[in-house]
Amino acid sequence: MPYGPHAADDRARMLETIGIDSVDRLFDDIPEALRAGPLALDEPEPELLLAGRLQGLAGRNRVDLASFLGAGAYRHWTPAVVDQMLLRGEWYTAYTPYQPEVSQGTLQSIYEYQSLLAELTRLDVVSASHYDGGAATAEAALMTCRATRRERILVSRGVHPHYRQTLETYAEGAGLIADEIPLVAEGPLAGTTDLAALAAMLADPERPVAGVVAAQPNILGLLEAMPEIGSQAHAAGALFVAVIEPVSLAVLAPPGEYGADIACGEGQPLGIPLGYGGPYLGIVACSDALVRQIPGRLVGMTQDLDGKRAFVMTMRAREQDIRREKAASNICTNQALLALAASIYVSTIGPHGLRDVAATGASRASELEAALAGAGAPRLHAGAYLNELVVRVPDARAVHARLLARGVLAGIPTADLLPDEPALADGLLVCATEVTTTDEIERFAGALRAELAGGAA
Amino acid sequence: MSVVGERLQPTIFELSRPGRGGGKIPHPPKDALDRIPAGALRANPAALPELSEPEVTRHYVNLSQLNYNVDTGFYPLGSCTMKYNPKLNEWAARLPGFAGLHPMAPDAVAQGTLQLLWELEGMLAEISGMEAVTLQPAAGAHGELTGLLMIRAYHRSRGDLARNEVLVPDSSHGTNPATATMAGFKTITIPSAPDGGVDIAAFTAALGPRTAGIMITNPSTVGLFEARIGELLAATHAAGALAYMDGANLNAILGRFRPGAAGFDVMHFNTHKTFSTPHGGGGPGSGPVGVGSRLAPFLPAPRVVREADGTFRLERTGERPSSIGRVRSFFGSTGVLVRAYAYILAHGASGLREVSDDAVLAANYMKTRLAGTYQVPFERACKHEFVASAADIKHRTGVRTLDIAKRLIDKGYHPPTIYFPLIVEEGMLIEPTETESLETMDAFIEALIEIAHEAETDPDLVKSAPHDAPVKRLDEATAARQPNLRWRAMAGAQMPCPD
Repeated sequence: MPYGPHAADDRARMLETIGIDSVDRLFDDIPEALRAGPLALDEPEPELLLAGRLQGLAGRNRVDLASFLGAGAYRHWTPAVVDQMLLRGEWYTAYTPYQPEVSQGTLQSIYEYQSLLAELTRLDVVSASHYDGGAATAEAALMTCRATRRERILVSRGVHPHYRQTLETYAEGAGLIADEIPLVAEGPLAGTTDLAALAAMLADPERPVAGVVAAQPNILGLLEAMPEIGSQAHAAGALFVAVIEPVSLAVLAPPGEYGADIACGEGQPLGIPLGYGGPYLGIVACSDALVRQIPGRLVGMTQDLDGKRAFVMTMRAREQDIRREKAASNICTNQALLALAASIYVSTIGPHGLRDVAATGASRASELEAALAGAGAPRLHAGAYLNELVVRVPDARAVHARLLARGVLAGIPTADLLPDEPALADGLLVCATEVTTTDEIERFAGALRAELAGGAA
Repeated sequence: MSVVGERLQPTIFELSRPGRGGGKIPHPPKDALDRIPAGALRANPAALPELSEPEVTRHYVNLSQLNYNVDTGFYPLGSCTMKYNPKLNEWAARLPGFAGLHPMAPDAVAQGTLQLLWELEGMLAEISGMEAVTLQPAAGAHGELTGLLMIRAYHRSRGDLARNEVLVPDSSHGTNPATATMAGFKTITIPSAPDGGVDIAAFTAALGPRTAGIMITNPSTVGLFEARIGELLAATHAAGALAYMDGANLNAILGRFRPGAAGFDVMHFNTHKTFSTPHGGGGPGSGPVGVGSRLAPFLPAPRVVREADGTFRLERTGERPSSIGRVRSFFGSTGVLVRAYAYILAHGASGLREVSDDAVLAANYMKTRLAGTYQVPFERACKHEFVASAADIKHRTGVRTLDIAKRLIDKGYHPPTIYFPLIVEEGMLIEPTETESLETMDAFIEALIEIAHEAETDPDLVKSAPHDAPVKRLDEATAARQPNLRWRAMAGAQMPCPD
């Protein structure tokens, strides 16, 4: 066994102490008919060979492309200090801080994370972390139902489709209804949440709404009229859930200032690798009024018996190990190490740096918009955007595939992302961040121009 | 001397000084945001801390040293399987090809990761005796939710709408009943048998046309294998219900018992327990779910598909309409799964069986040695963990299990899980794992025996522990009554900074 500690006679000594002759005796209670035969797995692989195998698999992924892919996960520069800190065993080989006297590091780091995200969102309470943006959004929606004792959730089609599908799965389980608010199909507001449709859905007295969920920016990169959506929700007695992207909050209005009761979203952009989808960081934040409904752990500041400042998990009566079937959620293991990554990232990059990250992404996206328009792919929508946009490309799927062959990962065809939106049949959702280079933009535009001109070059 | 560092730290907010930091990202053009309407922009900049990189480094290194952790010492936290985390796996997950891959990348550029995931599904299916596996759930509790939603979908697909109850033993993890609620079921709690196991008779009596499923942790939360599990599974299926196995304790039975082959319909794995992916101070974990043939059609989407030509792809949206849908965004916690994959390959079939053999041997050794000093309520052979009780000590001396746990900190150890499961008075759930040496276990046993003596001779010493830790016991009541859950810069320092 590769990580086994035993010297030659250790096992014999243990067996002798127990008073048995073979470790098999310890498994005698497994009924004979149910005992397993040898597993059909390979023999142990020595580290040298295993390392080679892992390098080989990693090498089969192509991460050398000029990538314009966003759609909920974003390439950013992560200062080297972040991963250096995460590699400390003191962080990653500890567990949930059940014993606060020997866990002040993790506890204080979570308190700091809660505080940083509270400031970014301008909300009062931030949970210690949730699994990812999708599960966080689903839990946020369930919170609105518990708080209002209503059973219907309205979710904008501008929310990431994976989040909507996750929310649908959770709602189905809990016996709740999740209805989708359409997007405006055309005109200056095309691609944003249809406020008239929302008003009509909220007006149904037979089917009162617990919460309205909308994203800023939305899945098409567009900025939504969040204050109006919030006002409509509140006028109908519903809560307002904002799905946020945390880096954007350095420059965009924070949810706490436009009336959101809950903010949720994906924390991956805060220094967490793309890693094919995880481990990521689910953010859930809410107003003080909802603190007893928030799922997951909370860390509070307190003092020890000597009056020394210290941190501890608190308000645990919401949690599964105390409340069992009456808990606010079943969550136990969370994403603490990723919350730590986010804290170190934000602390290192600082308020000005985070603003630079968001604004540089916007600037690069302007450059991308102009270059693609010049190549024959103008923007599809008229509304304001931050750093992600849809461009019109006929036969977008095929063009996307051909661009891939030219070393360009041209975002994602909107027909793949939102197959039910006819208005998006011919589009590519593309993204730029501070790591996008002018050279990459020129390669993309050049390859696209060639493809649209008939595949020459 | 304290087993962890003793230098408490100011918060990053107290360390902040205007003008520090910077130098990471080029400045954008001044007009970068001019095209965005003013109403959508943030009016007041976020009041985030400003620190230099050296200060950030020192802050987080100093904070880290306040933590007890597996890399510095023995962490016998029952039910959590705090085994050694192999360093190769940290290296592997950080390979640029894995770490830099976008989750929406087309299948053609993700073949390495897709192959790894597909192979890992197969290995977990083999280990568990299940037909198929989803890697999507992010943690054990998330896997439980996935499993119960599939059970619900299964009954509905048969038009059997009356099954709204899930039977759960009172010794279960709290996640089990909490999950049942989230999945729309009513929890029926079944008292445990005197031997700490499932009360088969009580379970069988509670089974009926309203039972959707049962949730069993095997080995149980007191570390005992359910010897009559075959009977219970037969009764469950005879009642038309399905059986869920909470795989939290899988580390005890690798290569010895395959839940799917034995008749369980669905189970979750905790990769952060059994397959050594790091616990990260609370997470991330990962909670793959294995299912038998009855539930396979309902697995969450997307699954990894292997094409006839040997290439791999993800299922497309809507490709498998019987699926319960997504339980999270993107594929799953891939970085965690890379580590689990490496762990399984490093061990192979023989190594995995050795893992369980050694974990069970270690637990029985410690149990035998402690039996004279602490009560061991269940005498038969345990699996990878066991319960010791300080009930006698408490009645004699007033020293409680909580006090003993805190005193263990003074002796240099992380305490075991305490007061879980609640069915044992003053219980300590001790799980050594297979990666601890005999010397380490012996020293821990001596420490526990020493504390038992101290409880007789100097009970106040134990009751006031820890004495050698950066902080004493905490005021948890005030923390809950007057919650302070965030730093409010405007309010200034709320309590004196420790320096």
